[in-house]
Amino acid sequence: MQIIHDRRVCESPWRHVPEGTLADALRAAGPGAIIVALADWRLHRAELRRRPGSVGVRLAAGDGLDDILDDLASIALVALEFGSFTDGRGYTQARRLRERHGYGGEIRALGDISRDHLAFMERCGFNAFELRAQTGLRDALNAFAEISDVYQPGADVRPIIASQRV
Amino acid sequence: MYRYDGYDRRLVEERAEQFADQVRRYRCGEIGEDEFKQLRLRNGLYLQRHAYMLRVAIPYGLLSSHQMRGLAQISRRYDRGYGHFTTRQNIQFNWPELDDVADILRALAKVEMHAIQTSGNVVRNITADHLAGSAGDEIADPRPYCELLRQWSTLHPEFSWLPRKFKIAISGAASDRAAIQFHDIGLQLLEDGDGRLGFKVWVGGGMGRMPVIAKVLREFLPREHLLSYLESILRVYNLQGRRDNIHRARIKILVNSLGIQRFRELVEAEWQQIQPSTLVVDDAEFRRMHDYFAPAQYQHGKSTEAFDKQFANNPLFADWFRHNTREHKICGYSIVTVSLKTPGVAPGDISAEQMDALADLADRFSFGEIRASHDQNLVLADVPVADLPELWKSLAKMQLATANVGTLNDMICCPGLDFCSLANAGTLDVATAINEKFEQLDYLYDLGEVQLKMSGCMNACGHHHVGHIGILGVDKRGEEWYQFTLGGSAGNAPALGERLGAAIAKNRVAEAVGDLLEVYLARRDEGEQFVETVRRIGISPFKERVYANHSRSARLRESLAACA
Repeated sequence: MQIIHDRRVCESPWRHVPEGTLADALRAAGPGAIIVALADWRLHRAELRRRPGSVGVRLAAGDGLDDILDDLASIALVALEFGSFTDGRGYTQARRLRERHGYGGEIRALGDISRDHLAFMERCGFNAFELRAQTGLRDALNAFAEISDVYQPGADVRPIIASQRV
Repeated sequence: MYRYDGYDRRLVEERAEQFADQVRRYRCGEIGEDEFKQLRLRNGLYLQRHAYMLRVAIPYGLLSSHQMRGLAQISRRYDRGYGHFTTRQNIQFNWPELDDVADILRALAKVEMHAIQTSGNVVRNITADHLAGSAGDEIADPRPYCELLRQWSTLHPEFSWLPRKFKIAISGAASDRAAIQFHDIGLQLLEDGDGRLGFKVWVGGGMGRMPVIAKVLREFLPREHLLSYLESILRVYNLQGRRDNIHRARIKILVNSLGIQRFRELVEAEWQQIQPSTLVVDDAEFRRMHDYFAPAQYQHGKSTEAFDKQFANNPLFADWFRHNTREHKICGYSIVTVSLKTPGVAPGDISAEQMDALADLADRFSFGEIRASHDQNLVLADVPVADLPELWKSLAKMQLATANVGTLNDMICCPGLDFCSLANAGTLDVATAINEKFEQLDYLYDLGEVQLKMSGCMNACGHHHVGHIGILGVDKRGEEWYQFTLGGSAGNAPALGERLGAAIAKNRVAEAVGDLLEVYLARRDEGEQFVETVRRIGISPFKERVYANHSRSARLRESLAACA
């Protein structure tokens, strides 16, 4: 699957494991990187941590971060799912992960998202995007440069306008 | 007033180009209908009953003459030569073409304006006391803080998809003229015991279908923490506000369901986590903002001979002076309300010619600035008393000197069924009927202050809940009916109006208003205002009169119909 990662279009090395199919997936799969649902992470945490390949955890909009906070060092990717692009909870979750919990891994947005959501998501700490549509990804990269300056601090490192004024 | 620098300018210019590209992608099918709707709303563009409507932000209601001319030009070039001032101190254009909107945004950017976040589930335009900087009862000027909030909230990446819209108002005066207790967040500037400036913070107020008076969230917030504290409130709301039901999604519902104590704990806990951050505003930034709103260069010692003569000899001028001006903090100056409630014109409407004329008058008489008030009038806030006769003459020529401010005919009114696709009933024709019935100024003056506020649906854009007389349009099996409330008020002692009784048919609304006023005139004590009489005697006498008269006139009409 093609995704946008760190402002580049690339093939995702990660494979999503649908919720409830983890046991089969672990038996069948090799050491590749997998993204598992939060419920599966809760149930099979120890086993997943022993696994040689990388593990990512997928959260739905209403899920809290509490279940993964202790393990952030061993979770290489947190995927925040947008059931609807109008549900903005994931933006706050991403900022908390980056700013409060110092999470340095990949934060991936997926679900009902498209080009016009990317810039704000990136400002909140997302650095990878599985867009709803697989077309127009290269064009979507333009979204990051549409607005040059920002008034308020975010999870990104852009200097805010007030700090640049002399 | 605030002036854009290169950063502010580039941001609004780029925003216009971004929207131009979104329209292009929508036109060629790359963006679907639902998604485009959300994108255009974030630039203030609604799809109304007949056409698109563009709502332009007027931050805290403050306009320069140059900006007013820009609006006039836009209304001529892209609309039908007029604009409509709203209850949130914004202006709306009712007839733009979609393919012109990016050009309108470009034209707005040229005069340091935009339509960013005038709609959508985001932080909306920050509103404030329309007399800021000029009223005598001011503790501190709210506008520097409004501008800080405008910048902080503009394109805020985290709060662009809130559960519902979010409105913030600030008052810096002893008397609240910004209805702060009917906002999602209301801020009252004050000094603590040590002379430090800060805010009393209210949360969870609002009108709409479930009107709620806000609750005190914090008695004193030092001003340097304004942004971080508001960010904490928004964050708690963004995570916990309801998203399953649009009618339960405002922050007032969250505050009520958690209880103010629990809500406060959540906000304070969040705040502790983000407090020492770049959101703290330092003194240098406050000074920079304050400098934009430095007091005008007031002149003293102008002769008021012309004023005295006009006032003594010209009763029309004297009426206008009594009703449409108020005391200024500086002796020798006056605050002038420009009534946009001329009978026969929709409340809040203004023509391009009037906009241009007013811009010229602002330049001549009021330091080139104009304010929009939440009761849909305009204000020239710094006029020398000596110049009032000249100003009055010029305003009168432009039909902008109707001496009805504060009277029954100075009503607040949403656009209603004529324009709005949410409305259940017309408001403009009802307003006209009321205007026509009560056209005698002497009668209106005798009534004193009566705030009539009318909404065409329960979304309450016309603030009917806080009208001394509130009128709400409802749909009954395809017919327009009107629900009355009595005794509401905004301000320092906020109250929600009490429902009078069953809804009233459209052709009887003006008559019912007449009944209410007759009860007041018969029952008022010396010097008592309408709303005070309502509070003293209760709504029963009003109710009895309105419904007795109505059943009688209904019977009469029926018997006449039977004869014919």
